[in-house]
Amino acid sequence: MIEARQLRKTFNKGKVVAVDGVSFTAHDGQITGLLGPNGAGKTTTLRMLYSLLNPDSGSMMIDGIDPQVEPILVKRKLGVVPDSRGLYDRLTARENIRYYGKLHGLSTAEIDGRIEQLVSVLDMASFIDRKTEGFSQGQRVKVAIVRAMIHRPGTVLLDEPSNGLDVMTTRALRGFLRQLKDEGRCVVLSTHIMQEVAALCDRIVIIAAGRVAAEGTADELLERSGEANLEDAFVKLIGTDEGLLA
Amino acid sequence: MIAVFLKEILDNFRDRRVIINTLIIGPLMGPLLFALLISFMARQTAERMEEPLELPVVGAELAPNLIGFLERQGVTIKPAPEDPEAAIRSEEEEVVLRITPQFVEDWQEGRSALVEIIADRSLRYSGTTISRVNQYLNSYNAQIAQLRLQLRGVDPEVTRPVASQVVDLSTPTSRGGEILSFLPYFILITVFVGSMHMAVDTTAGERERKSLEPLLINPLPRWQIMAGKLGATTAFALASLALGLIAFVYAMRFLPTAEMNIQLNLDLQVASWAFIIVAPAALLAAALLTILASFAKSFREAQSYMGLVVLVPMVPSLWLLVDPRTEGWMTLVPLLSQNVLIIDLVRDEPMNYLWLFNCLATTTLLALVLAVIAGNLYNRPKLIFNTD
Repeated sequence: MIEARQLRKTFNKGKVVAVDGVSFTAHDGQITGLLGPNGAGKTTTLRMLYSLLNPDSGSMMIDGIDPQVEPILVKRKLGVVPDSRGLYDRLTARENIRYYGKLHGLSTAEIDGRIEQLVSVLDMASFIDRKTEGFSQGQRVKVAIVRAMIHRPGTVLLDEPSNGLDVMTTRALRGFLRQLKDEGRCVVLSTHIMQEVAALCDRIVIIAAGRVAAEGTADELLERSGEANLEDAFVKLIGTDEGLLA
Repeated sequence: MIAVFLKEILDNFRDRRVIINTLIIGPLMGPLLFALLISFMARQTAERMEEPLELPVVGAELAPNLIGFLERQGVTIKPAPEDPEAAIRSEEEEVVLRITPQFVEDWQEGRSALVEIIADRSLRYSGTTISRVNQYLNSYNAQIAQLRLQLRGVDPEVTRPVASQVVDLSTPTSRGGEILSFLPYFILITVFVGSMHMAVDTTAGERERKSLEPLLINPLPRWQIMAGKLGATTAFALASLALGLIAFVYAMRFLPTAEMNIQLNLDLQVASWAFIIVAPAALLAAALLTILASFAKSFREAQSYMGLVVLVPMVPSLWLLVDPRTEGWMTLVPLLSQNVLIIDLVRDEPMNYLWLFNCLATTTLLALVLAVIAGNLYNRPKLIFNTD
């Protein structure tokens, strides 16, 4: 479970306010979507959660652990697929994943067992032992996901996971995320694609210009905006349709 | 930490450029350049000293006696070019001897008769030839002076109140050491060249691939990640150093040491000592280059810094080349101390263990300070996220 309270982060000595008082809660066994246009502060919020950035003010708890106090402990609980997948081109997909498994302190047997399991779930057998140079976006995302899930984290953060994916891969990804949810994990993903949250998320947190514009289930958001469909509801809640993809 | 180390080693072993740069060009370039340089120098000196001197003379007919003397010394007298100055300037001739028109008159009057050695001293090798001509002229002078004094009944000894003689205590090995004074630079450079590519790949390369952010999300302290990277870079530097030293030992066999009457004290045992002496400098080079490369946003930017850093080990070597007196305090200065100790080593001087300790301790200390700085670099968010 993630609880973020009044997170604020500025850059360039306070001149650029990236995140301005973001609060939300993400529960276990649910998929929470951070929806917002590009540059709304989604990535910065996630970076604070996985402790690569420290907030200027505000507080966070992940399964009762404060990432600012215990960054290493929090990282053990988290599986993160960041915006930049960052694979090593000269290593095979399997070696990339193994490296992260080792960094988590897992044994070779554990790692190999876990890889076998995830490779069949995500249909990666054809490329798991190829060097990642020249991989498609979809293949890269799959490797990044396995890498993030290697230590069976209870909480999963994904930054724009479906960026650049084709329809089939997106479907496979959504199926996988639902499976994580059914296993009782807390899944948080950021996206600027409305269809994605509509199809996938139990709770939606709409972020615009560094602030939470609205939070709730799809139905609650529809009700609050008084609009008939989600797209109009989002536009109304954010106040503009700039940067949103239908 | 070990996982990072092993991954970087594996990752970089897959990169042909790294292998070629670090394990082939790096270690071989030094010995090869060095061997070529030395054999070239040796041949040049030998040729210039032993080859019969060809000397164009202006006005040879004015001093048949002098010319005859020179010819008996083995000098080949050539007719002078039309315009001696122009011939020197165009480097057609190295040295031209001119017997001035007043020579005959001055000679007969018993005054100092002038001959001119026309040469351009700024040309590298003219010095040897000038001094050879001077030597011949001096011995001719001495011979004539002696004859003239004897004619007047004076003992020629009175003109030589002081007799000087050089008692050369140099041994073939120590003369070899003189030649080997370039050696420390060529050895030190291998650890810099050896760690260069790896330092860039593990830091700036990691940023360029955008793999640094996911890497730092792993649950281990950032200094451990950096330590693994530094360890891998240092390992490559050490490998480069070891291969370089072995290459040096073999290159020495092909040097014309017998012709130069020197003996080069660089066998495998000396090379092992040199390895121990330079080993801390491998960590130093790895840490220094890693720090620099960490600030670069891309591979290219990092590599442009690297060119400059390779000059760092050159400074102490050049200093010692200009002023070869070694003093104890020098062994407290990292990189300079390696120069001093390696020179002593190849001169076959007894190992000064205090100096060795100084050298290893100060270099290790500086290397560790740099390593700690490098280890803390990833605590700065600016270095993690590309600002673009």
